[in-house]
Amino acid sequence: MKRGSEGYWAITWRQFRKRVLAMVGLALVLFLALVAILAPLLANDRPVMMRYEERYWFPALRDYPRFRNVDFAEVVAGFDEGDFAIFPPVRYTPTQYDLVERLKGPTPQHRLGTDDRGRDVLSRMIYGTRISLSVGFVAVSIYIVIGTILGALAGYFAGKVDMVISRFIEVMICFPTFFLIIAVIAFLPPSIYNIMIVIGVTGWTRVARLVRGEFLRLKGQDFVTSARALGASQFRIIFWHTLRNALGPVFVSATFGVAGAILTESALSFLGFGVPPPTPSWGDILSQSRQYIEFAWWLTVFPGAAIFLTITAYNLVGEGLRDAIDPRLRQ
Amino acid sequence: MRAYIIRRLLLAIPTLLGITAVTFLIIQLAPGNPAAMASRLGGEGLTDDAMSREIVEQTKKLYGLDKPIPVQYALWLKRLVTFDFGTSYKDHRTVLEKILERLPVSLQLSLTSIFLVYLFAVPIGVYSSTHQYSLSDNAITVFLFILYSLPNFWVATLLIMFLGGGDFLNVFPIYGLVSDNYEQLAFWGRVGDRLWHLVLPITCLTYGGLASISRFGRVGMLEAIRQDYVRTARAKGVSEKVVIFKHAFRNSIIPIVTLLAALLPAMLGGSVIVESIFSIPGMGQLAFESILARDYPVIMGVTTISALLTLIGILLADICYALVDPRISLE
Repeated sequence: MKRGSEGYWAITWRQFRKRVLAMVGLALVLFLALVAILAPLLANDRPVMMRYEERYWFPALRDYPRFRNVDFAEVVAGFDEGDFAIFPPVRYTPTQYDLVERLKGPTPQHRLGTDDRGRDVLSRMIYGTRISLSVGFVAVSIYIVIGTILGALAGYFAGKVDMVISRFIEVMICFPTFFLIIAVIAFLPPSIYNIMIVIGVTGWTRVARLVRGEFLRLKGQDFVTSARALGASQFRIIFWHTLRNALGPVFVSATFGVAGAILTESALSFLGFGVPPPTPSWGDILSQSRQYIEFAWWLTVFPGAAIFLTITAYNLVGEGLRDAIDPRLRQ
Repeated sequence: MRAYIIRRLLLAIPTLLGITAVTFLIIQLAPGNPAAMASRLGGEGLTDDAMSREIVEQTKKLYGLDKPIPVQYALWLKRLVTFDFGTSYKDHRTVLEKILERLPVSLQLSLTSIFLVYLFAVPIGVYSSTHQYSLSDNAITVFLFILYSLPNFWVATLLIMFLGGGDFLNVFPIYGLVSDNYEQLAFWGRVGDRLWHLVLPITCLTYGGLASISRFGRVGMLEAIRQDYVRTARAKGVSEKVVIFKHAFRNSIIPIVTLLAALLPAMLGGSVIVESIFSIPGMGQLAFESILARDYPVIMGVTTISALLTLIGILLADICYALVDPRISLE
């Protein structure tokens, strides 16, 4: 039996795979996602796994009442024969402070130094990955939904609907996005959810214009006409038949969007309008560095490099994806 | 042509109304608004201490938040038409006065920066496209990609750290627009002093735009070079210089001009970060300070004025576009 022809996403993946830089970007993106997911196992003062009193414990993953206020160094000191403990690579929690060790440059204990409360910078950066990625993904998901719906309606119905939605898009473009975001943030109580929502609600115009353009192009094509002839409902024609054919550019835009949203979140945290303390965020560490700018280079260099690398990774994937779905560039 | 300009200006009226509606929606989030207050109950709101209770009362009075919604909107419209944004909570000067004092500084920064963006981006774009896939084109592409992904607040902190004194080099001033001894300087000394102060902030404001416009420029030129009229010009023996600069370049520059409209809001948004880092008394710093102080009349004034400025920018770009390209019409 002959297999069916290759699907759109299979072709895209085959094209994407050929681009070395895009694959490097993808590897970085996956690495960052792993760091975010595994953060409690990577930076913690509790062992990941421990054999103690003839039992196996997983203190980094589960909350055992008997270990709640225990110093694990003492537990280890009381080990019997055959007991062991596997500690995470970074043995500090992001909020654990030590004023004696404050503002120290990189040392073997604190590999990326400590901040002004003696908290471990590497540990805070590992947990900061969670904030950055979750803001990036949630904010972009919000604006993809808004932008896709508005863009699809404008492109498909054209005429008056398009007129109204296009005006609305123009209105939103008039606001310098970053101004608009901080203005709204100023009115709201500080929380990570508000940041996600505000970035999402203000960022949809690019996606809307893109989807509108795709729909204007697609709606005259035969598959739409035949769907209509078969009696498909308008909802089905728009959000099933036509939308699936417009998804490629939307994904490209979403990938760049995640980079943009991560940048916005860290800029907000840098200015002090971001995620409220003591939650660790890359922008927040950078903003602390401003007070100690004469000497504390590790507070500037490392978190900034993390932001830069993350943005670069998503941009590389975005570029690769954009080239991969462009039939003129097929190799 | 005149008909086009008139129709374009008429189309801006609904956009203007849209701007008033969006800003009005932001006010609805203000503390003191019954609906916003209800949703805030139980949360860690801003209404806990005495100072913010005073702000709430002032805000309620300023925007008439206890009146019905249509009345509130009418009041807001009236304020906008007369440019009366109220007085600052902090120093009781009128918001318009405060903004007009800051606006020239920000415009000076962003216009200089836009000028530099085009001054460098256009030749870079032309050079890379005419040397496509050469070593220098690849190097430029990678360099621009890196510039594009560098967060400006990180670059600013790095520049201040390594070039602005402390433990490292002390090359540039990092504070304000002029030195303390500015008054004593001779004319050229003053000019030099001002320029010296602008180097770092302008760098931070410029490189992002430079990266994206150069990339657009390169793609635009590449597309123009592939057109039939370029092949025709070459076939009839026109010199390569004329082909590039007269036939291809002139056509590729048009879309780049419209990007001006997108650059202005980005610059104004970016000015919040750059101006607050380098203590430059512009609109961005005003926005930053008023948000820290919850100075709502100023926040609303800055947001509205920056949207109006952007709208003017968009209109100018559209009209320029129509002037240089006779094919454009509003059909």
